Amino acid sequence: MSQQIPIHDGLFTWPATKPQLLGSQCRQCAETTFPAQPDCRSCGARETNVIELGDRGILWTWTIQTFMPKEPYHSDETPETFRPYGVGYVEMPGGVRVEARLQANSPDQLKIGMLMQLDIIPFRTEANGNQKMTFSFSPVEES
Amino acid sequence: MDVAIIGIGLHRFGRSPDMSGLQQGASAVRAALADAGLSWADMQFAYGGSQDGGNADALVNELGLTGLQFTNIWNGCATGGSSLHAAYSAIKSGEYDVGVVVGFDKHPRGAFNPQPKEWGLDQWYGETGLMLTTQFFALKTQRYMHDHDITEDALIRVSEKAFKNGSLTPTAWRQQALSYEQIANSAMISHPLRKYMFCSPAEGGAALIICNADKAHQYCSKPLFLKAAAVRTRHYGSFEVFAPSQAMEVADAPTVTASEAAFEQAGIGPEDVDVMQLQDTDSGTEIMHMAENGFCEHGEQEKLLREGATGINGRLPINTDGGCLANGEPVGASGLRQVYEVCVQLRGEGGARQVPNQPKVGYTHVYGAPGISGVNIITK
Ligand SMILES: [Zn+2]
Repeated sequence: MSQQIPIHDGLFTWPATKPQLLGSQCRQCAETTFPAQPDCRSCGARETNVIELGDRGILWTWTIQTFMPKEPYHSDETPETFRPYGVGYVEMPGGVRVEARLQANSPDQLKIGMLMQLDIIPFRTEANGNQKMTFSFSPVEES
Repeated sequence: MDVAIIGIGLHRFGRSPDMSGLQQGASAVRAALADAGLSWADMQFAYGGSQDGGNADALVNELGLTGLQFTNIWNGCATGGSSLHAAYSAIKSGEYDVGVVVGFDKHPRGAFNPQPKEWGLDQWYGETGLMLTTQFFALKTQRYMHDHDITEDALIRVSEKAFKNGSLTPTAWRQQALSYEQIANSAMISHPLRKYMFCSPAEGGAALIICNADKAHQYCSKPLFLKAAAVRTRHYGSFEVFAPSQAMEVADAPTVTASEAAFEQAGIGPEDVDVMQLQDTDSGTEIMHMAENGFCEHGEQEKLLREGATGINGRLPINTDGGCLANGEPVGASGLRQVYEVCVQLRGEGGARQVPNQPKVGYTHVYGAPGISGVNIITK
């Protein structure tokens, strides 16, 4: 039976009803990093805690990837089926800006300062039918 | 003690289908030696580097097995800057009197495809399509335009100038000027940057003969002087390429710290510079680098561009040979091409692209992954 598997361990809590991105926070200087790492990039301390960064954030900057990247890009797309995707940095409540794929892929859908929601989405299907899952953000619909 | 530049050589950038990268490097060294009136056997040391062209020290197979000290340098886009810095230090230390710095490259066609593990990153980052330099420059430019009220007009004018200058430079790869409309209507590659706003990987070589300034007049009637060579890496919080996350507090880019260090070494300021080469991987980075190197305030660039201040006849002549946009970027050679061009300008040999009024102080700046910058200051 095919399964859904995270593309890399420790990037996000999943499966979960409200998945969260995971990062690390320094026990010395309190700076936060994504993905989690054992050392602190700010002060060099070797004591960090894994923390939840949240599931919503503010779009800090964005672009759109219009051409299919070369390897190491590894989706299950072909040049014919490639669909442009957004890329942005999202300011997370956990105190760090995280680079991510964005579901929106047209300039009129994206604006610096807009609220974004985390989604865990299938990224590619492997030969055995398993789906590799990754994280992505999409604009929160104004209500 | 001062450090002099007594010979400069270039192997034309672009495509040399019948030549390997190493051969293009050797061609540049021969040109620099001829310019200095010296032979390979006179060289006491060499520093050289290439990304895809092979080990620089293999050049001895072409140039001669003279037994000189030859050190390979690899430091990304700052390879040329780092090689020149090493040569500068070798002369300053008093250990050597004369040597050569060389950079060359021959990249496959199309965009670069860096591998995550070589940059200390996990595979998912590349697999999911986040590891592209073009993306980063677009992301940084997008935010910069938002913060400093810069419009697409400025991006177009940078490219327009680059291709115009390229059309005046016999060694440039792209020698055709492009109109404002051609650039404005070219395909959107990575919003806000269009096709004619990006440079491409290419081929080419560049070399310099470096000498103890006290002895330079033995070899050369009008040596130039390398007054500063500084290389710096990123600080915590600076917004850099290949970064899965960034700190909330944005710190100065390594360009800012390298530039400040170089001006301090040289004992001059940005207002003293007559001609400059600033890394223009794309038109957005040239705009950001104008301010990061201290040549204007953040946000002032659009007005300067509209006034033509950065053109050959303007008060801030930037990338007089068309820069990376018109020459392409053979990574190992690109930083030394900048120095070559500044030397041409200071010697007054720029022909159709010569900056008027006999420029006396030149400045070069490279920036590259994963957040490294090199600055040189050269004077008459
Ligand atoms: Zn810390």
